[in-house]
Amino acid sequence: MHQALLIFKKEFKDYFISPIAYIVIAIFLFAVGVLFFIDFFALGQVDLRRFFERLPWMFALVVPAITMRLFSEELNVGSYEILLTLPVTFRDIIMGKFLAGVAFVAAILVPTFSYPFCISFLGDLDWGVVIGSYIGALLLGAAYVAIGLFTSSLTRNQIIALILGMLICLTLYVIGLLLFFIPEAIVPVVSFLSSGVHFNNIAKGIVDTRDLLYFISIIFLGLYATHLVMQEK
Amino acid sequence: MIHVENLTKFYDDFCAVDQINLDIEKGEIIGLLGPNGAGKTTTLRMLTGYFSPSAGDIRIKDLSVHKDPLAIKHLIGYLPESAPLYRGMLVYDYLDHVARIRGLNGDAKERRLRDLAKMCGLRGIMHKTIETLSKGLKQRVGLAHAMMSDPEILILDEPTSGLDPNQIVEIREIIRKIGEEKTVILSTHILSEAEATCDRIVIINKGRIIADGSTEEIKADNAQAGRIRMELVQADFDAVQSRLADIRGIENLEQAPGDDPSRLRIVIDASPHLDPRADIYAAVKETDWVLIDFHQESKTLESIFRELTQEN
Repeated sequence: MHQALLIFKKEFKDYFISPIAYIVIAIFLFAVGVLFFIDFFALGQVDLRRFFERLPWMFALVVPAITMRLFSEELNVGSYEILLTLPVTFRDIIMGKFLAGVAFVAAILVPTFSYPFCISFLGDLDWGVVIGSYIGALLLGAAYVAIGLFTSSLTRNQIIALILGMLICLTLYVIGLLLFFIPEAIVPVVSFLSSGVHFNNIAKGIVDTRDLLYFISIIFLGLYATHLVMQEK
Repeated sequence: MIHVENLTKFYDDFCAVDQINLDIEKGEIIGLLGPNGAGKTTTLRMLTGYFSPSAGDIRIKDLSVHKDPLAIKHLIGYLPESAPLYRGMLVYDYLDHVARIRGLNGDAKERRLRDLAKMCGLRGIMHKTIETLSKGLKQRVGLAHAMMSDPEILILDEPTSGLDPNQIVEIREIIRKIGEEKTVILSTHILSEAEATCDRIVIINKGRIIADGSTEEIKADNAQAGRIRMELVQADFDAVQSRLADIRGIENLEQAPGDDPSRLRIVIDASPHLDPRADIYAAVKETDWVLIDFHQESKTLESIFRELTQEN
């Protein structure tokens, strides 16, 4: 665990060395800010619903961009060989990189705390819902990081890792919106697989073990798949 | 110390390393030689635990790569070919990171970093980003990385490739110094390099070991019929040929081309069992020819290497 922590520190620091991190943060905040405030005053409601509704879209696009370098860059530069010949286990490496990705997702969420503070002056804000929503957002982010980590471990090309990651994350979200077109018999299955359905539950402030279990399962699957890919190499 | 048994590695159908057996003692500096694609890097990667063998076993101090890969990684310092270090990091940050992963902390860590900086000549570049370094400097950072935990075994894959002659000498000196106490295994395809640095040379071709021993041993094993060169003044070839014709041990005698017509150059192939040099000298002494050169050609490691690796 100590080794995983060291890898986490290194990877997290790395995010702030390269300018890419700042660009991703800037784009994320700009897009999220515009999308949130564009119709906020027209709706005239003091809540963050619009913000959290659009977050899964943004995360599906932004999180794979955060995770794409975690393995691909190492494979491309060859430092992967150095990493694997240091006294660390696959588990240390995966946990360190995963936690660094999650911490970075948390870091890009921190500036958005200003939204609830600002709008709380305009009326009554339900803080329970806001906190629940942020927990949900972090879980969703962590699940997407696990997926992005997996796609990054597949290839030495960061762009391929990015596009593959986006594709899986978007698919997981979009199937929840297409329930109308799906045969009724498999609707429960598809809606259970959809990240959006579970995220919306938590975002409403309802923390159900089923939803928690869903995100933990996705995280576990992503990390386990990464482990298998590493073993295969 | 290191015991390699029937080590084999397949990439799909291609056999990169084919049943290698090797025993390495503590304190040896071993040079792995071979043409490109011979299986040197694959062998080293299996020793370091980066690749797992398709068959066979590597035992290091009674630890097997199959059972205790992590314990073996603690014993080995490894520098991959062309030192693929994290490009964006500062040299100090990078070495600090490696030191922590290697379990060094506090004062011990600082002391080790200082020692390594001195040993590898990194003092002036600690604050630079790795990607801005020249190849030689990067290689030295890589060497410091490999030696971080003062490992018992140091494995270096082509440590001097792409360096200029001065840098090669520097790196070679560092390796020699480490080799006084540690076991060093390095691969190279520069033969003079192996000859200058290593106690023992292992030549690999097509995944098999084809020669193993000190430079002298390898030369002795491969010394076939010796070749003698002779240079005479005031002599003509026909006379020389008839005078030396009866000497036993001469298998072939030829005139070699030369720039100076007053000098007669002769190449003699001698039999491996009978050294004709004493008789040749005696025969020449009786004439009034002037003997200005007379020597047996010894094979260089280079020619042995070419013979061994170009058979097919």
